[in-house]
Amino acid sequence: MTKNINLTLKVWRQKNSSAAGNFERLEAKDISTDMSFLEMLDIINEKLTLEGKEPIAFDHDCREGICGQCGSVINGRPHGPEKGTTLCQLHMRHFADGDELVIEPFRARAFKVVKDLAVDRSPLDQLIQAGGYISANTGAAPDANALPISKETAEMAFDAAACIGCGACIAACPNASAMLFIGAKVSHLNLLPQGKSEADKRTLGMVRKMDTLGFGNCTNERECEAECPKEISITNIARLNRGFIKASLFSSEK
Amino acid sequence: MKLDAKIPGGPIAEKWDRHRFELKLVNPANKRKFNIIVVGTGLAGGSAAASLAELGYYVKSFCIQDTPRRAHSIAAQGGINAAKNYANDGDSIWRLFYDTVKGGDFRAREANVYRLAQISNNIIDQCVAQGVPFARDYGGLLANRSFGGAQVSRTFYARGQTGQQLLLGAYSALNRQIAEGRVEMFPRREMLDLVIVDGKARGIVARNLITGESERHVADAVVLCTGGYGNVYFLSTNAMACNVTATHRAYKRGAYFGNPCFTQIHPTCIPVHGDTQSKLTLMSESLRNDGRVWVPKQKGDTRAPSQIPEDERDYYLERKYPSFGNLVPRDVASRNAKDQCDAGKGVGETGLAVYLDFADAIKRDGQDVIEQKYGNLFQMYEKITAQNPYETPMMIYPAVHYTMGGLWVDYNLMSTIDGLFVLGEANFSDHGANRLGASALMQGLADGYFVLPYTIGGYLTGTDLQPVSTSHAAFEASEQLITAQVDKLLSIQGKRTVDDFHRTLGLIMWDYCGMSRNDEGLNKARQKIQELRGEFWENVLVPGQGSDFNQSLERAGRVADFLEFAELMIIDALERRESCGGHFNEAFQTQENEALRDDDNCSYVSAWEYQGIDAEPVLHKEPLEFENVKLAQRSYK
Ligand SMILES: Cc1cc2nc3c(=O)[nH]c(=O)nc-3n(C[C@H](O)[C@H](O)[C@H](O)COP(=O)(O)OP(=O)(O)OC[C@H]3O[C@@H](n4cnc5c(N)ncnc54)[C@H](O)[C@@H]3O)c2cc1C
Ligand code: SF4
Ligand code: FES
Repeated sequence: MTKNINLTLKVWRQKNSSAAGNFERLEAKDISTDMSFLEMLDIINEKLTLEGKEPIAFDHDCREGICGQCGSVINGRPHGPEKGTTLCQLHMRHFADGDELVIEPFRARAFKVVKDLAVDRSPLDQLIQAGGYISANTGAAPDANALPISKETAEMAFDAAACIGCGACIAACPNASAMLFIGAKVSHLNLLPQGKSEADKRTLGMVRKMDTLGFGNCTNERECEAECPKEISITNIARLNRGFIKASLFSSEK
Repeated sequence: MKLDAKIPGGPIAEKWDRHRFELKLVNPANKRKFNIIVVGTGLAGGSAAASLAELGYYVKSFCIQDTPRRAHSIAAQGGINAAKNYANDGDSIWRLFYDTVKGGDFRAREANVYRLAQISNNIIDQCVAQGVPFARDYGGLLANRSFGGAQVSRTFYARGQTGQQLLLGAYSALNRQIAEGRVEMFPRREMLDLVIVDGKARGIVARNLITGESERHVADAVVLCTGGYGNVYFLSTNAMACNVTATHRAYKRGAYFGNPCFTQIHPTCIPVHGDTQSKLTLMSESLRNDGRVWVPKQKGDTRAPSQIPEDERDYYLERKYPSFGNLVPRDVASRNAKDQCDAGKGVGETGLAVYLDFADAIKRDGQDVIEQKYGNLFQMYEKITAQNPYETPMMIYPAVHYTMGGLWVDYNLMSTIDGLFVLGEANFSDHGANRLGASALMQGLADGYFVLPYTIGGYLTGTDLQPVSTSHAAFEASEQLITAQVDKLLSIQGKRTVDDFHRTLGLIMWDYCGMSRNDEGLNKARQKIQELRGEFWENVLVPGQGSDFNQSLERAGRVADFLEFAELMIIDALERRESCGGHFNEAFQTQENEALRDDDNCSYVSAWEYQGIDAEPVLHKEPLEFENVKLAQRSYK
């Protein structure tokens, strides 16, 4: 059932990456429970604009939970309270009239705030550049069915490949570690036969890159898995660790 | 200027091979001397940038989002076609070619479509090699499903996230080239002008979206892969940043715009819930494989769907089109849904919805099978509507989804400006007046992986390219134009927000240039758009500053372009004296209310040449010749 609710927001406002930020208190009135969280922010922004103020900067694009561009911390939880849900897919029916919401950007040493709720997640691209690919030049591929892959393996690789690169795992982690993100990519590619020949290089490259980019280490807090909107499993980290030990000990890729 | 599509001679099946042989090759040592700008990192741009870099070219790649992985292609759900015939159900390159030309209501260029069908198989091979986890059967081989407009099973898919997995494949290839220093990546940049020197595309000016600075980039060729313009309707299934800016500004610099009025309205989207909605969500067409579309037979029947007995339901697609049933092409399915709702049989709170029912499929195959196929789509539906489609039928309604129109290109994918290539949804090619499902992903990747890397070489070797610097007068002029526009937008300080204007424009377009059009409405719309554009430049309120991360300003620039471009769509719709595919003019229909083409007079691509904001654009026609496919009234009965 559709109804309308009123909320109080405390939103992080920060002019740019070098400015100091602070919380601003805003009233969200008459919000339809059918709206998405971002549509609620749209309404606030329209109002701020008409009042001659600057709207809240926030990142978003697909609004379908797949591009990974949205994401803020709502009452301490990246992407808000709903399990397995990105912020753009979170609907206002999960909030009650009178609720107070604290809205902050994803915070991590490796992510600088661009403005208000928008952050710079380019270090995630740098991690992929350190090995998150299979070297297969265009045009050199054999017939797609030349290499059967068991359904089970394909499904496992897929579960890991579903990561949308949003960075919530990093924002959720007390150490701001990127192990779930890397674990997902390494699992996706290393599980598949096509990815095996570069498996050790990939594992070592990505883990080492993570250390140089200011991400922390994994101390098994499991917050990443709990907050991941795509429910990427922490077993991907275990698989990554096993691969890392093996590669460090036995691989010629040093 | 006379349009020359540069279609190679010879039988259709040999054209592409022959053309590749005849194209001059670039000496490998020379490749690295060429600089190429690729704007956009979707399937078209990502695959093009990576493949060009692998060949040795130096590439600069641009996108609006904070990383290339978030291009709108990521959201494609259903699948990608290829003529592999793995299902052994009689598919072939010829059949894919034929289906695509027919599905496009015979308004596409045969030679391009044939090449697309040929290349489709290489795409699947390439993607599997990159690690794209396509669905497989128990024997470990690739699985297929069927999609609208085809009677064979040729669609490869990765759950309901095919676009995501394909894009991540292209993105990983792109990243490998970034790591090797062959591609320089510029995220959070928006191309705001094309720079032409001596009649050739030689660079772009882009806004750095974080600092607001204008940046000038020189190149030997410019490749636009900037996607479609469905957001001219405000509400669409496209991502929020999708726009017409790059192609529209190239049009204003002299590139002809092809078939701007050909837009696709997708039949299976979640209905609009209220007037604060920001975008519409697609429910993949693959659902029509197992879902049955129906409305109550009685007008104004407000009973819950479970209370309406079988014989009081009208499965109107199955009734009207017994051979294709629920799998008719999109334009047909959409118009039929609209007709049912217009006749008062729509369901849901607004009456603007029809049912898509899985009860029979669940009974037949079991819930687990349905869940495996569509689990994430059902979940998405439930998140948005709070209804469980395993228990009650989905409600769906058509929504703007794809734009077949785009910059006109020849067989080499080059526009009417030398050195300006256009790929993916941004060009007009291949889909005619209606795109079949699962063929946009195919086209984007065909263009980027397998067509442009050859054809651009032919251009670069055969062209005299003098050195150009960023201080050239043409760069200066472009930057001044951009700065003046930004200053103007910020200085108006009117009373209506950018979104407010955009929403108003969207409604005009939806009402008069949507699923069904007529001359009176189109003329009315044209006038309304002109008035709205006038008001925009006097009354828009854009907060903040130019030298800053300013999302309102970004949108203002895009809406300003939509306000100009929408008029071109109307002009094009008025000019075409027939109905075809997604363009349905009520004056041209058969007795059974199907689109009525006029092949004798309207077998052409319209290509519009810009003459100035308030001047009439000039129409050029590329006649379409059909030597291999017999023109026929489409029938899905
Ligand atoms: C919800 C949805 C589902 C779909 N499902 C399917 C499907 O199942 N099968 C299928 O075949 N097709 C599907 N489509 C269609 C298909 O996804 C698109 O047509 C296709 O992905 C377009 O790819 P592209 O590379 O041309 O452009 P896009 O992926 O749209 O990429 C455009 C790129 O250009 C950049 N850009 C745009 N303007 C500028 C500028 N001015 N400056 C700098 N950069 C710019 C953007 O940042 C982006 O990187 C679907 C579409 C939607 C909306
Ligand atoms: S693992 Fe999950 S939380 Fe982390 S980036 Fe991927 S999708 Fe986001
Ligand atoms: S906006 Fe794309 S995942 Fe939320």
